[in-house]
Amino acid sequence: MRLKSRHLLGIESLTPEEIVLILDTAESFAEISRREIKKVPTLRGRTVVNLFMEPSTRTRTSFELAEKRLSADSLNFSASSSSLVKGETLIDTARNIEAMAPDFIVMRHQMSGAPHFLARYCRSSIINAGDGSHEHPTQALLDAYTIRQKKKAIAGLKVAIIGDILHSRVVRSNIFLLRKLGAEVILAGPPTLMPLEVARLGVKVTHSMAEALDGADVIMMLRIQMERQGKGYFPSVREYYNLFGLTEERVALAKRDAIIMHPGPINRGVEIESKVADGAYSVILDQVTNGVAVRMAVLYLLAGETGDADSAEERPGH
Amino acid sequence: MRILLKNGRVIDPGRGVDETLDVLIEDGKISAVAVNIPKSAAESTYDLAGLIVAPGFIDIHVHLREPGREDKETIESGGRAAAAGGFTSVACMANTSPVNDNQSVTDFILAQAREKSPVNVFPIGALSKGLKGEQLSEIGDLVHRGAVAISDDGEPVASGFLMRKALEYARMFDIPVIAHEEEPSLANGGVMNEGFVSTLLGLRGMHAAAEEAMAYRDIRLAEVTGGRLHLAHISTAATVELVRTAKSRGVRVTAEATPHHFTLTDESVKGYDTNTKMKPPLRTAADRDAILEGLRDGTIDAVASDHAPHCQDEKDVEYDTAPFGIVGLETSVALGLEHLVATNLLPLKRFVELYSSGPARVLGLMKGTLAVGADADVTVFSVKKETTVDPARFRSRSRNTPFAGMKLRGAPLMTIVGGKVVHGAL
Ligand SMILES: [Zn+2]
Repeated sequence: MRLKSRHLLGIESLTPEEIVLILDTAESFAEISRREIKKVPTLRGRTVVNLFMEPSTRTRTSFELAEKRLSADSLNFSASSSSLVKGETLIDTARNIEAMAPDFIVMRHQMSGAPHFLARYCRSSIINAGDGSHEHPTQALLDAYTIRQKKKAIAGLKVAIIGDILHSRVVRSNIFLLRKLGAEVILAGPPTLMPLEVARLGVKVTHSMAEALDGADVIMMLRIQMERQGKGYFPSVREYYNLFGLTEERVALAKRDAIIMHPGPINRGVEIESKVADGAYSVILDQVTNGVAVRMAVLYLLAGETGDADSAEERPGH
Repeated sequence: MRILLKNGRVIDPGRGVDETLDVLIEDGKISAVAVNIPKSAAESTYDLAGLIVAPGFIDIHVHLREPGREDKETIESGGRAAAAGGFTSVACMANTSPVNDNQSVTDFILAQAREKSPVNVFPIGALSKGLKGEQLSEIGDLVHRGAVAISDDGEPVASGFLMRKALEYARMFDIPVIAHEEEPSLANGGVMNEGFVSTLLGLRGMHAAAEEAMAYRDIRLAEVTGGRLHLAHISTAATVELVRTAKSRGVRVTAEATPHHFTLTDESVKGYDTNTKMKPPLRTAADRDAILEGLRDGTIDAVASDHAPHCQDEKDVEYDTAPFGIVGLETSVALGLEHLVATNLLPLKRFVELYSSGPARVLGLMKGTLAVGADADVTVFSVKKETTVDPARFRSRSRNTPFAGMKLRGAPLMTIVGGKVVHGAL
């Protein structure tokens, strides 16, 4: 089985089967990262451009590592580097990069839809590494991978997503993915940070942490941007933490074996208490580890390889 | 030069005419409308059997970009686009560079139009100096030179005080104040309608309430001042309702709607095509249906295109970065014929009214009629001819349209301005 599109622009357009294929493929790649020599020749001779128009050290590092472990040649373009002169349009940037004939462009952009725009102008496979407050598909895939790792299955789980739903790019991808795989999703946050009609995505919406956490199998915390306080989104960080901060006390409302996730970087004492972030149920660091395997799987599948690792010529190992 | 238009179905809503008649044009004026005018009465005759002969169509909301952005459009190219689209007159907004807030710019626009535009051009003056929303422009001077209305279109008037003063002041000249209704802090930098689709796409939304709140403010101010208020490009169901109830109370308010708002919804934004980015934004299906109902029941007085030409490379950017607006002069009539007439939503007479006598009444123009003695501005169109929107063939200097490739039933075929055929596809 293969992916239908040569791009990964979002989760919305993937079928449940494609999602499972990526997660299964990631499992065979996870093993590589546990080897002494963490490298396979799968993408040897292929070029990946990491185009980060908005800084994100975490995501970029994770992609870079995935590319290196697959032996791809990778190049980094960032908004601060001299190649992206201020005033140059995205289309010019795209044409310049395209002239180097890369096989993949991994793109992070502060505006929603930017990778869709790029996909219309480039022959390369575009991987969306986060666009505005739209999608961040590899984050959702690594979240799903982590949930599957800890909970065995995703169908039937209750997942609570808490925080700034309005500005998050992670949350849409996660909603699409979790719903496609049969989980129940409940969103919590102040109404000022809740997008209109979000319930039509097939989720429940609450403004009560108690309701969101009650019986939850997975607690997914979102990052709060401090600069939103005082701008009418919420009155203060203090009040936000009182209403929506994840404390030990509140974790007790969830299922006893609930796992706690966060896309990082975390604000300790703003959306999550330190004890909880570092506690036994936190899988925040597993998410980081799994991110590399998931991104390797995505690159591998978009390169046109089949998902069945056994039949691949340069199989990722067993 | 005498022109005879024979055997067309003449629809003149202002005079309640709808029958097969001949129209004789002499010295730029309508000289006779009657059954069977002999061919010998004219030098040239057109047989228009099966076609509609209507008072020249008027688009009261266009941006011609000259002076300042002649790369996007000029008074000449915009005029040609208008003629090709079936319009005999256009009214152009003041947000040029320099802004049309003083008589020299008004004079320039009118001089260019006289020299180069095949259609009549009516300038709209700025409401405030530099469209800054601070100080009234010299409205008396502008009107004296030929401005037919005032508006800061594109720069919503945030100050209620200034809007009130504009309505009061404009009363002296009996011209309408045209309002782009958008409360800036509620619009909050949005790039599309706020609702389920903006949530799905992760694009910043501007809520319908931003338009409605401002529309209510201005309707109340028109009521308080007795001024004439015209609401530009209304786009939401609640705004239509506000206008409807205001009219029933006797407030001097009129309204226009654009073809894109009565044909498309925010669903079109999926895919991030920047040709779907306009202000006000495409709304929901319920809003579109309310606009259609407003067009039907008389709440909305005119169809206007809000023709907003932009260069290709300005639109070939991320959605957030792209400028607002689409071209409309060359698609407006055909879109109306497809979505209002072919669907049987409106009788032909009402359709013609929305494109001719309706807009003429809004601006107080002595146009929009085929009465004997009137200027010989005539639009001839077919309700049957099928066309496909092809931006490559636009006369406009710009191509920014979301309608490319769309098949439409009904098309303008001949445009006559002041007795001169300025566009003919017969
Ligand atoms: Zn406007």
